[in-house]
Order: sequence, then structure tokens, then C-alpha cells
Amino acid sequence: MFSRPEERPVGWVERWPALKFTTDSAAIADAELIKIFRDPTELFSRAVQPVLWLAVFGQVFSQIRGIPTGDVSYLAFMTPGILAQSVLFSAIFYGLAVIWERDLGIVHKLLVTPGSRGALVLGKAISAGLRGIVQAVIIYLVALALRIGIRWEFFAVAGVLSGVILGSAIFSTFSLIIACIVKTRERFMGIGQVLTMPLFFASNAIYPLELMPDWLKSIAAVNPLTFLVDVLRGLMIEGGRSTHSLAVDFGVMAVVFLLLVSIAARLYPTLAR
Amino acid sequence: MIKMLTTLLNPTSGSATVAGFDILRSPREIRKRIGYVPQMLSADGGLTGRENLSLSAKLYGMSAAQRSDRIRDALEFMGLAEVAHKLVKTYSGGMIRRLELGQAMLHRPSVLFLDEPTIGLDPMARRTVWDRLLALRKQYGMTALITTHDMEEADHLCDELAVLHLGEIAVMGEPSKLKAAVAPDATLDDVFAQTCGGTIQEGGTYRDVQQTRRTARRLG
Repeated sequence: MFSRPEERPVGWVERWPALKFTTDSAAIADAELIKIFRDPTELFSRAVQPVLWLAVFGQVFSQIRGIPTGDVSYLAFMTPGILAQSVLFSAIFYGLAVIWERDLGIVHKLLVTPGSRGALVLGKAISAGLRGIVQAVIIYLVALALRIGIRWEFFAVAGVLSGVILGSAIFSTFSLIIACIVKTRERFMGIGQVLTMPLFFASNAIYPLELMPDWLKSIAAVNPLTFLVDVLRGLMIEGGRSTHSLAVDFGVMAVVFLLLVSIAARLYPTLAR
Repeated sequence: MIKMLTTLLNPTSGSATVAGFDILRSPREIRKRIGYVPQMLSADGGLTGRENLSLSAKLYGMSAAQRSDRIRDALEFMGLAEVAHKLVKTYSGGMIRRLELGQAMLHRPSVLFLDEPTIGLDPMARRTVWDRLLALRKQYGMTALITTHDMEEADHLCDELAVLHLGEIAVMGEPSKLKAAVAPDATLDDVFAQTCGGTIQEGGTYRDVQQTRRTARRLG
């Protein structure tokens, strides 16, 4: 096996850092996706909650008609919000898997390879992003069952999926950053619970921003979840309207994502200490 | 110490050179040239043996052709060809260690770092890991740096040995010479006892012990 000592694999990939970065990210994303789809129970158990929100909470609240939702019913109004919620809730615990990998020693091994730190983090974000597609499919199916008017044009669905992918990537990377800071499962569970509810309620997911008191409105206005909901509300349901243009929504999310990835890339190596 | 040499941790003072590169100035160059088998269980249980090897090979920047050659060789050499398609969580402790060795050698490193390579393994598994390690070195000739608490392991594998006591090298040399210096029929245990005995200073923290025991349980 190891008869040629001089031979080190200076593959041609290594000569272009940008290409190496891409292949590294792809390698990590690939391995993560294999694992996700090999054991999809978690994906489906996470689907229970949004179904309850729509089928129970939504059904009841749509009777009230006290929330100004424009031309659409309250149930239709909250559908994109619940998709965003399901993206948030399943991505925010992504860090747990990373803590598990740290306890095992997988993180240590990855960090000793020449794979760039940024690529290791980005690869994980990509896989978490793609995982979000499953949430979108589930919500589309529930919406169909509840006879909510859905926009089925290619552009609209593609836009929703892109938003969901980017949103999942954002919140899973955020979760990774928290994991790098707290480092243990117990502390992470505590913080995860504390963060999700404010992120959810300080957003336009289940009520419009106009209903909020000013202090909450200003928090909600910069909450990344608000921008995700804005994209989804404009594209997912018939008669739905976005506050910002798609360019602004995606632009803000992209900037937030890049910022988070660069922070995570710096913090990720501290997991091995 | 192994964490510093493998560029996972920066030293608080001083520096070191690995494979001709400074650990502070060129950590990336070092990472291309070393292999590392952590004490903890570093193969991913949710992936198959082949997928684990493939992930490492990609991160080492190998082309597809080189990757498939080397993965095939590694599986054969480590005696894992028949279980390559099985999930690593179904492997025994010895098989996991051999897989990790294979992963760490894919890119033909000039230095291989092993942190307690046989901790928690049964005697038979320990033998096969030793056997593969010695065979690797014979065929490939890389330098291997091993940390261990197991004096029999140190005796069996090492040409050169250093006993660390309270963070300093207490004694260093060939195992046979170290033993001869203590008594004609001394074992390395005796060498260790003589060097570090006298002071009842327990090494390791609660966390170290917890980690070691956990690893032992998972591999066993």
C-alpha cells in the first residue's frame, strides 16, 4: 500500500484555493446530507409542530378576524410564517450535532486536515440549507390540505425554496456559533430555548409588524426571520404581499449569512481546544 | 502537547517545528503533511467506512482517480474491504481504529500523530492495531509520534521514548537502554515508577479522565 514515500497528493485542486474551498464545502455538505437522509426520522418529527400550528392554532385564530391581513385570510397569512418558523426551529438546534461531533473527536480530525475552516462551516450550512427544503414540502402539503391558495408558478416556488435554503443556512450557522461559544449540550439546550421564542415572536411570522409596539417593531425590523417571512409571504400564497422588494430581502439575508459564516469559521477551531 | 503539534492549539509560549514548518507560522502546510488519530472516536458512525475515507480524501485535495485507488488500498491494508459499505457505528473498536489509521494515512503524511491509539481495546484488537501500525511504518517509513499510558505498548512500538512527568521530559532514550539503566531485567513499568515515583502527584484533570473513560466505553 504505502510503497511510494515521496508521493504526496498535490492534486491539481490544491493549486486553486477558491476551487479547493468549493470542493471542501461540497465534501462536507455531501457527507452531512448522506447522514440526514439515511435517518430521516428527525426531519419528520420536526414536521409535527408546524402542522399543529396551522391545523389547530391557525384554524382557531382565523375565526377572530381581529388581525389586519389585507386581502388574504389569516390562515393563508400565517402559512408562510409557519414555514419560516419551522425553518427556524429545526435549524436552531443544529449546533447540538456539532457539540456531539466535538465530544466524539470528529471536529478534531476535520480541523487537522488542510480543509479550510470557512469551507468546513459553509459545507455544514449548505447541508442544513438543503435540509430546509423538506420543511417547505411539508408546509406546501399541509397548505394544500387546508385549501389555502398557493402560488404554483415556477418562479414563485423557486423563490420560496431559495429563501428557505438561505434561511436554514443562516439559522444553522447562528446555532453553530452558539455551540462554539457554549461548547456543552446542557448549556446549549438552555440557550437554544431562550433564543427561539424571541426570534419567532419578534418577527412578522404570525402577525403583521404594524400591530407591534414601537420598541418591538424596531427589533422585528432587523430580525433576519422577518426578511425570510417577507420573501415567503410575497411568493408562497395568492394575494400575499411583501414589504420589501425581493432584492432587499435576499440581499439582507445574504449579507447576514456571509457575516455569520465568517464568524463561525473563526470560532469553529476553538471547539477542539 | 499533541494538540499544539497538530495545530489545534496555539502554545502560550515557545514554538515548534513539524515536518519542517513552524506551528505558528505555517499551520496549513503542516496540516497537509501530518496524519492524526485522536484519542477520541473520530470516525463518523453515521457514515460507512468508505464514506469516511472518501471525506478525508476529498479534504486532502485528491483527484477522483487517486481517491478511489487509495481508498481501495487503505481498505485492503486495514482488512476492512468486506465491511466498507457498512455503517461505522456497527464496527468493533479495533475496526474503527484501523479505519481511522487508514484515514490518517491516505495522503501519505510524513508524520503520523497517534493519541492513545489502543485505549479501550481488547487485547486482540490491540494486537491488530499494533500490527498494522508497524506494517505501515515498515512500508512507508513515516515518523509516528504516539502518546500512551500503556508501557507495554510503548515497549512494543517505540524506537525512542520520552517519559513526561509534571509537564517535563523526565527521561528519554531507547526503551532497551532505559530498562537496562534501571535493572538487568527491568520492564518499562519499572522505568516509569523510578522516574515518576516518589512524588505522589496525580496527573490529569477530571475532564481528562471523563474523556478517556468515555472513549474507552465507546470503543469497547
